[in-house]
Amino acid sequence: MTSVGSGLTLLQTCALSLLVFTGASQFALVGALAAGGNPLTAAAGAFFLGVRNAFYGLRLSQLLALPRAVRPFAAQWVIDETTVVALAQPTRRGARIGFAVTGLTLYVLWNLTTLLGGLGAEAIGDTDAWGLDAAGPAVFLALLAPMLKSGVERAVAGLAVVLGLGLLPVLPGGVPVLVAALAAPVVLYAEGRRAAKDGKGGDR
Amino acid sequence: MNVWIAIGVTALGCYVVKLVGLLVPAGVLERPLVRRLAALLPVALLAALTAQQAFADGRVLVLDAKAAGLAAAAVALVLRAPFLVVVAAAVVVTAGVRAMTG
Repeated sequence: MTSVGSGLTLLQTCALSLLVFTGASQFALVGALAAGGNPLTAAAGAFFLGVRNAFYGLRLSQLLALPRAVRPFAAQWVIDETTVVALAQPTRRGARIGFAVTGLTLYVLWNLTTLLGGLGAEAIGDTDAWGLDAAGPAVFLALLAPMLKSGVERAVAGLAVVLGLGLLPVLPGGVPVLVAALAAPVVLYAEGRRAAKDGKGGDR
Repeated sequence: MNVWIAIGVTALGCYVVKLVGLLVPAGVLERPLVRRLAALLPVALLAALTAQQAFADGRVLVLDAKAAGLAAAAVALVLRAPFLVVVAAAVVVTAGVRAMTG
């Protein structure tokens, strides 16, 4: 992977994938260290990118209803991909299976590709030419679409897209996505105000 | 050594953040407002991430073949195509547009 080229040892690169296991944070850390950044500043940036996982945990906690003793182990797998798969399942059983399978598969593959990439296996070539970089957003879109059931969800998603893209050039990495999360309380608040007004104004 | 410190701090921070969400007491999550918010937060985060993956390169906004791919995926979704077809549509259209333009 890129990080071996930017001054980290193979061991450090693999430790990063095993222990951090949040792609965006790893890339941010490696990028900041490669640019000669202070280790703590670099870690702070990476940390910001990881904060959204706390919000995923909040929802997954309700959805999976895991026993307390299992939670510290499940926590490492609380990431974008496992959340989106778990949320797409209609039942708790399905959500648990989805979470576990996605978590395990990604954890193994992610660490394996880190090791192979670090060892210098660059035989895959340019995956962009095959359009494979579009698969990521398409998977997210396909899993997100069923969640956009009502106007509220659509409004949240729309506002989040505008915030996420609009703030990208002006705020440091990871922060725009966190600001985009504000779309949820903002839309809920607006909806609450409207409901209160409807309640007072008429008998609908 | 410094690199190891950075790795350690990041690993610990990112793990704690992941755990915090899971450990919020069930009682708090029962409240209707918290329930609604917890359900909507992933929608906001994932929508923003999807958009950034599709329309940004680092911190620069770009409109390239990926946008066409995502549009194809959206059309496939509206037509209620199966999951793999949706993803395949995005990949094929992106590759096609790149082949034609690049």
